[in-house]
Amino acid sequence: MFSEVFAMSYDVAVIGAGVIGAMTARLLSSYRLKTVLVEKTNDVAMGASKANSAIVHAGFDAMPGTMKAKLNVQGCAMMPTVCKELSVPYKNNGSLVVAFSDEEMSTIHELYERGQKNGVPQLSVIDRETLRALEPNISPEAKGALLAKSAGIVCPYELTIAATENAVSNGVDFRRNAGVTSIEDKDGVFTLKTTDGDIQAKYIIDAAGCHSDDIARMLGDDSVSLVVRAGEYYVLDRSVGDTVSHTIFQCPTAMGKGILVTPTVDGNLLIGPTAKDIPEKDNVATTAQGLETVRTLAMKSVPCVSVRSAITSFTGLRAHPTTDDFIIGASKVNNRLILAAGIESPGLSSAPAAAVAIVNALFEAMGGEADKNPVYNPIREEPVRFRHLSDEERAALIAKNPAYGRIICRCETITEGEIIDAIHAPAGARDVDGIKRRTRAGMGRCQGGFCGSKVVEILARELKKPENEITKFGGHSNILFDKTK
Amino acid sequence: MIKYDLAVVGGGPAGMAAALEAHKCGVNKIIILERAETLGGILEQCIHTGFGLHYFGEELSGPEYADRFIEQLKDTNIDVKTDTMVLDISQSNVVTAVNKTDGLLQIDATAVVLAMGCRERPRGALSIAGTRASGIMTAGTAQKYVNIDGYMPGKEIVILGSGDIGLIMARRMTLEGAHVKMVCELMPYSGGLTRNIVQCLDDFGIPLKLSTTVIETHGKERLEGVTIAKVDAHNQPIKGTEEYVPCDTLMLSVGLIPENELTKGIGIAMDPVTNGAVVTEMRETDHPGVFACGNVLQVHDLVDYVTMEAQIAGRGAAAYIQDKAAFENAEYISTTPGNGVRYIVPQKMNIHSREDIKLYFRVSAVYKNAKVVLEADGKVISSKKKVKLAPGEMENVTVPADVIASLAKDSTVCVRVEE
Amino acid sequence: MKKNLTCVACPLGCSITVELDDGGNILSVTGNTCKRGDAYARTEMTNPTRSLTSTVKVSGGAHPVVPVKSAAPVPKSMLFDCMKEINQVTLQAPVKIGQVVIQNILGTGVDIVTTNGC
Repeated sequence: MFSEVFAMSYDVAVIGAGVIGAMTARLLSSYRLKTVLVEKTNDVAMGASKANSAIVHAGFDAMPGTMKAKLNVQGCAMMPTVCKELSVPYKNNGSLVVAFSDEEMSTIHELYERGQKNGVPQLSVIDRETLRALEPNISPEAKGALLAKSAGIVCPYELTIAATENAVSNGVDFRRNAGVTSIEDKDGVFTLKTTDGDIQAKYIIDAAGCHSDDIARMLGDDSVSLVVRAGEYYVLDRSVGDTVSHTIFQCPTAMGKGILVTPTVDGNLLIGPTAKDIPEKDNVATTAQGLETVRTLAMKSVPCVSVRSAITSFTGLRAHPTTDDFIIGASKVNNRLILAAGIESPGLSSAPAAAVAIVNALFEAMGGEADKNPVYNPIREEPVRFRHLSDEERAALIAKNPAYGRIICRCETITEGEIIDAIHAPAGARDVDGIKRRTRAGMGRCQGGFCGSKVVEILARELKKPENEITKFGGHSNILFDKTK
Repeated sequence: MIKYDLAVVGGGPAGMAAALEAHKCGVNKIIILERAETLGGILEQCIHTGFGLHYFGEELSGPEYADRFIEQLKDTNIDVKTDTMVLDISQSNVVTAVNKTDGLLQIDATAVVLAMGCRERPRGALSIAGTRASGIMTAGTAQKYVNIDGYMPGKEIVILGSGDIGLIMARRMTLEGAHVKMVCELMPYSGGLTRNIVQCLDDFGIPLKLSTTVIETHGKERLEGVTIAKVDAHNQPIKGTEEYVPCDTLMLSVGLIPENELTKGIGIAMDPVTNGAVVTEMRETDHPGVFACGNVLQVHDLVDYVTMEAQIAGRGAAAYIQDKAAFENAEYISTTPGNGVRYIVPQKMNIHSREDIKLYFRVSAVYKNAKVVLEADGKVISSKKKVKLAPGEMENVTVPADVIASLAKDSTVCVRVEE
Repeated sequence: MKKNLTCVACPLGCSITVELDDGGNILSVTGNTCKRGDAYARTEMTNPTRSLTSTVKVSGGAHPVVPVKSAAPVPKSMLFDCMKEINQVTLQAPVKIGQVVIQNILGTGVDIVTTNGC
């Protein structure tokens, strides 16, 4: 009885299930704390964490002494281990910042110096010939480059999904479709009024991305000042995925790191982003102009890049802090509110280290470290990835569960078994895009043309809902109307 | 490993006809591998009529057309495996497939017929700006929802692309109670059959807007509208012609792409225009014993032509199985698309062929009162007057056997349009 | 008076010209490549008809609907009325191809038949 009445009461509520919220919730699950991860949409990784450059930066961009610099270098070093624990594909492919003029060469040298100060390992300035040898498709106009061997690539939403799964397996509650509308603070307990009922917690971690300023303001803290910066990208087909092997940056400007060309861990080629400050917080529309910019500027680095092989385009939003540094620490207005705001690029790279910094700030506010969770298991088993198995493994798997013998997505070779697993995983998929991010079904050349209807059917069956209640990404993004007759 | 004379990949109209024809030619051990739950391929969802006029001399619906072949298959010993996906074809024609009951299947085939069909070009390939709302789908996906699953995928609809599937869906959705606001076509002409414009659009007062495209989608969750604009001669949107059209659904019928992942996996030479394999008049690819037919080879406008092409491939595969040596002695010349001709299938023809060879082709623009000219070694073999030629409609011309007999290794055969 | 039509009898889509006198009587039909075209042009001028295809509900089948067609063309003006009738029907699985679903729909003399099994 007692536990039921207080079932909604937690030690810590993490608001926002992006990569920062998820990694923080995972770290909290290694302590004896009742933690809830509160998300306003139908899934994790629905903001900046599903739409960014998917890069693990080496850490030479940020100014020495900033939180960005420190956490990026630390996060980059932690990433391989974290990805291994969470069975998330990570590749240490290295990055190149390419210079096209003598002026840009001096920027490269500046970045090198900055990198040294920030403690970035394995940095070097290379000449044109070495660059051409490393990347034969690079523009002949290139003068030289900064090579950062510690940089890598990772799938940001896979990392977020895996971290959330692992957190939930270790006891964290995940609440989706729970948008926080107001927060009350009474007798040392916050009450979060959400679109899915009240949630009580002693401490709040504000990892609400572009909305972290709104959350802080609910508790009277208006110190968080953000500008939403939109970046547009193209994803190109796997057939051109090996155009470059490193992540190719252009020289940075005040608005960001320029247009990059990079392979992804899934074998596609990603080009983008633009950088444009926008007034509307959730506007992820692409624009003709933005896409045009991406097309033209990507060709400056790698002339053979052509959007003829584009399979999709998207816009990602970055919560740019006007202070130009991450905002991590207890709020000056209410010290039980821990801010984790303004975590723009290199936020993904910094995420493992940022989670540590956030949890340390929480412990400071609590007045000491919490007890360790004795049954915490940092390992998230790798889901079945049929396409990566040998013929023998495939045969054995189907013999055990025939659902792995039915291919649903033909472009990416995704089986029904994998889709069912994604639905029933901790904090599992509830919509078509959720299936896509977890399994890659619909991520290929036909973009769900063939498998979309089958995915809807499987979701409806497994979730015991009619097909017309299945959405693309929650809310009113339903795919079907009524029955025809 | 199971041994078969012929493995047919795909159980749509092409695969079924190829298998039946090979069987008729005396091939004994044949297997059809189909990824869907039933045979028939895309015909199963094409419930409109208009199929079979050339081949059966009557007007059938898609499922009825498919059923004719499914029934014929029942009278043979051809093995059929549905819900079975081919994952790989090796250099030695070993076909690896997977399904729920057999698990992993390995079929050692003497010959293989590729008949995987085609898929629709998705939105991503078009670079339409705007939101990623739900309600943006290919016409074929919508067709499956409404005809097979029995659900309305939209109520206020804009269709981009006037290919036949788009036109057919305009009528289909209208009959089911939806409001189809318009069909936009980037080109100055429709990509579909004229009769479909008449009976699918004109009959219902649905406007066809030529030289018009969708430049932006609106709506955060479900689609709320699209912006359309006129395009110039370079297909670029013209400033000032933008118009907002409220709608909950955007259906795309903007082209079909042969599904040649398996073909490319074997390393078979491809034709960059058809996006299909380069084939001989037998429909053999450059990989010995591997044949291709139907929409995986070239996108057809009529299923009747698919059937006929598949029968050629079926006969070819049978000939290969029965007498490989004859194939080794073949000498090929290329067929050349001339003025106004986009491509020709077959791309290669054996100068030792003793039979007439039909060359199938598509023109690159709309022509009125033009001539289709067939030339061999610069000499006009035939010249046929055509009232109308359109890129949406496949044409053919026959190279007679006596002309082929006169060809040498360095001969040229060309088809061109003369205005 | 001359009227231009595109024949919908088959995918060829012939351009047909119908010549009419002042009373609307057909004087000539030209441009068609077959007899079906001639017949199409004449009905199109007097009582245009169309083939109708749709689906009907099925209970207990592999799919919730099964495709149907009008066994012969029905008057164009009655397409939507026919749809209303078709939408009322529910079949019980198993359904066979060619099964009559509605006999003589709306007195047109045309049957609605299934075009697939379910």
